[in-house]
Amino acid sequence: MSMTISDNMETVYQKPATLTETPMHYCPGCGHGVVHRVLMEVIEEMGIAEQTIGVAPVGCSVFAYHYMNVDMQAAPHGRASAVATGVRRVLPEKYVYSYQGDGDLAAIGTGETIHTVNRGENILMVFVNNGIYGMTGGQMAPTSLCGMVTSTSPYGRDEHVMGHPLKITEMIAQLPGAYYVARHAVHTPTAVRKLKKAFKTSFEMQKQKKGTCFIEVVSNCPSGWKMTPVEANDWMEKNMFPYYPLGDIKVPATMK
Amino acid sequence: MISGTVTIATEICKGCELCIVSCPQDSLGLSPSINHKGFRFAQLVQDNCTGCTNCALVCPDSAITVYRETKSSKRASNPLVASQAA
Repeated sequence: MSMTISDNMETVYQKPATLTETPMHYCPGCGHGVVHRVLMEVIEEMGIAEQTIGVAPVGCSVFAYHYMNVDMQAAPHGRASAVATGVRRVLPEKYVYSYQGDGDLAAIGTGETIHTVNRGENILMVFVNNGIYGMTGGQMAPTSLCGMVTSTSPYGRDEHVMGHPLKITEMIAQLPGAYYVARHAVHTPTAVRKLKKAFKTSFEMQKQKKGTCFIEVVSNCPSGWKMTPVEANDWMEKNMFPYYPLGDIKVPATMK
Repeated sequence: MISGTVTIATEICKGCELCIVSCPQDSLGLSPSINHKGFRFAQLVQDNCTGCTNCALVCPDSAITVYRETKSSKRASNPLVASQAA
């Protein structure tokens, strides 16, 4: 099939310059790549790449600093929000975000997460929730759904033994330090556009020093869930979204 | 209908097929051959792309660049294009 680009055509979509040329190591169909790109697009469009500092987590997205062409700092497991607090305190004029997965933010880093939001640190926290520990081989995470089969819950997650899936986003929305809390996804073009808007809003709020903005992205894990990427997105819509409904959870009065 | 096209970085593509299911025109499909990573990659299989950017928005590897025909009114107001036409 010919792919001729005629003279009267203009480029309407391309990879943002704030993403490096390094090919991503993520599995085919993984939502991390989309979240990386959308976050970097917003930073490019706002022209704040030189003033932005990101904090990379431990987990699948541990190499986020290879892909995001902004200043980055790696954090110990679960401590990205604590490191971001330090960066924010030392460099108050910068834009600071942390990027974490569910095993990082909602399991080992629960304490740091809650206290960072409770202090109302003026940062953006990006939380990618795929309900599983992807990097280490698909173990059960606090966010795994009831009945979900993982390598450490081969008969499905039993809530009587293993507890209920943790809705940490709803939890922290209760804290006074949380300014803007929302849950989004990246499985359709519409969802991607909504996420981009949420990131943009968050950085604008950060500029006004409003407090913690927390964006959860419900994502997939085709390898951990043992599905094709297309099946994984369907499964996510049918099973994850009823438990983790998309939309704004805490919105400042000025945005209502 | 406004026409467009895409270019796909075939060595970056991992063949996840998310662009294929997101395409409203069914313009995309998987290649019969594989790239150096061993993946069949996405490619244009029909010449009916409208440049809607859906495929690029859902691509996890940012492998897709989208081009779209500019509207004639926009072209007329663009001095570069107008001088070419003259």
